[in-house]
Amino acid sequence: MELMGMEPDRLHFSWISSAESTKFVKVVKEVTEKVKAIGPNQHFTKNTAKVA
Amino acid sequence: MLGYTEKIKAIAGRLLKECAVDMVIGFRKGTLPMMNEPCFATTPEAVESLVWDSNCGINLANYLTDRKEKVAVVAKGCDSRNIVTHIIENKIKRDQLIIIGVPCSAMIDRRKISRMVAGEILEVSETEATIKVKTADAEALFDKAAVLQQNCALCTHRNPVIYDELVADPVAEQTDIDRYADIRDIEALSATEKRDYFDDLLQPCIRCYACRNACPLCYCPTCFVDESKPQWVGKGQDPIDVRIFHFLRAYHCAGRCTDCGACERACPVGINMRLLTRKLEKDCQEEFGWEAGLSLDQRPALDVYKTNDPETFIK
Repeated sequence: MELMGMEPDRLHFSWISSAESTKFVKVVKEVTEKVKAIGPNQHFTKNTAKVA
Repeated sequence: MLGYTEKIKAIAGRLLKECAVDMVIGFRKGTLPMMNEPCFATTPEAVESLVWDSNCGINLANYLTDRKEKVAVVAKGCDSRNIVTHIIENKIKRDQLIIIGVPCSAMIDRRKISRMVAGEILEVSETEATIKVKTADAEALFDKAAVLQQNCALCTHRNPVIYDELVADPVAEQTDIDRYADIRDIEALSATEKRDYFDDLLQPCIRCYACRNACPLCYCPTCFVDESKPQWVGKGQDPIDVRIFHFLRAYHCAGRCTDCGACERACPVGINMRLLTRKLEKDCQEEFGWEAGLSLDQRPALDVYKTNDPETFIK
């Protein structure tokens, strides 16, 4: 995805066990912060045809 | 290499006469110059149309998928690696196959040649090191090394890795080749530049799926792009759909692609979609030390788990 021009901060991978609630919160916070920082995805989107 | 044709004919004729195989898959001259096509010979007489020259870029492993009969197939280095992949993936059995190995001395790029001459090309002939092109009003002589397909220029496995008969002595393999210089150049770009680069690259795509059809790896009964329930990807020419198609096609070939160049060769608009498959090839090599189709005994990189698999991308 990065090779094709997706911003590196937009895509995240993590492995969180169901017992790791604090890690889950931490990762979600991090991801939202990073994605907020780069703003909404303008490029890898598709405008669907408007149906009246 | 020029004597290969006679040897291939002799081997194919013998196999068919002895009824060792039901069919020999090789190449014959196409209706246009530089466009050799697959040839399926089932009788000893039919082997006369078999040829070998520098236009045999199509990957014949593509015609082996799910065959039931005994088949002999002419295979250059990359084809043989795809045959290995086919056997590993249970698309054909080793004992159904007689592989006629051809030490390859690279294929020529018909697009490059067409660009270098004016007017329609009427005839192309070759010697070991030169290519002679005849158009209606001129003749041009090229150095073969200058008009190779890019994947052949970068090839490091010219000799078949698996074969039953070899038509000639193995050729010298190329060493000291930097296979990924262009990929590194793209990796060095910024996200915006990369996006623009691929926008430009994929813009001419007409979604004909010739790249998929030419590829021996693409044998799914229903391809994800043809599926309509659910529809994974839009079928039109919206740039994002085109991108998804090329991106996913490349991913389906991850750790399996041998860079035979059949996709690029088949593309009617000349898109270098090998950039994507080669990026994955590069990653497989760097992360897992894996090169596709070199051995029947090794499971592919994406098919095995090792405790030391790299996982730096997982937080």
